[in-house]
Amino acid sequence: MQDDPAALKYSRMKSLWEYANPKKFMQVSGAMLPWAAGLSALCLVVGLIWGFFFTPDDYRQGSTVKIIYLHVPAALMAINAWLMMLVTSLIWLVRRHHVSALAARAAAPVGLVMTVIALVTGAIWGQPMWGTWWAWDPRLTSFLILALFYLGYMALWEAVENADTAADLTSVLCLVGSVFALLSRYAVLFWNQGLHQGASLSLDKEENVADVFYHPLLVSIAGFVLLFFALVLLRTRTEIRKRRLQALMNRERMG
Amino acid sequence: MIPDLGKYAAEVASAYAVSLVMIAGLVWFSLRQSAKVRAELRRIEAKREQKNG
Repeated sequence: MQDDPAALKYSRMKSLWEYANPKKFMQVSGAMLPWAAGLSALCLVVGLIWGFFFTPDDYRQGSTVKIIYLHVPAALMAINAWLMMLVTSLIWLVRRHHVSALAARAAAPVGLVMTVIALVTGAIWGQPMWGTWWAWDPRLTSFLILALFYLGYMALWEAVENADTAADLTSVLCLVGSVFALLSRYAVLFWNQGLHQGASLSLDKEENVADVFYHPLLVSIAGFVLLFFALVLLRTRTEIRKRRLQALMNRERMG
Repeated sequence: MIPDLGKYAAEVASAYAVSLVMIAGLVWFSLRQSAKVRAELRRIEAKREQKNG
């Protein structure tokens, strides 16, 4: 039985689902949180100080190139946070794991802040470089809509009283919003009239940003990814405790 | 030892300031909420234990 690959795969899958158990999640996330937080702080400090103090100016953009260390990681996390919410929402819809729904809820404010940072730093960069704070460019517009989706998603969680119904409705909203999350990633490729340049980073392209800018950018991206991870762990833990608190209070009222 | 940011000093500095303030705010808010819920849960659980035992 143990040698049967299907059974082995099944038991591995089963152990993955154990993390959906709130108790197990609290245990594991509690152990991981300090590491994630510490590593994130380290990468952010190194990446941003390196980028801000120790990189040269770009020959065309001058010192505004330093904004890349905030703008690109924030924009990347704005999109990926929504995609993480999409995955956890689907897990909720299909397998009804409460921790999964709560993780999606916990991630939304983090994603919103990332989206706003991307929009604000983009505007600050765009003013001197493009001569305008804002343009109705496909990528910028889909990013603005993504920010509105984050707000709507958070509002919907607050507005619906029944927790399971709220999780259902927000999950469906998340599915719809994914169109804009993906559009903000790929719009630049098929809408030629956009102002925004193509991807700054890609593994298959010949022309990338120069190494002097690239290395601190990678460290900064790692910092933002870890920051997102640490904040989602912390906030999911808070959501689980809130749920338990609500259950205890209801029981008290009954008894 | 602020580097010479040239004519774009205001733009670069404000981009960093706004972003860092927003990140710090998010972390602070998340930590505060966590501490609050944790304390409340502890209080209710202690009360229940007193009642039951």
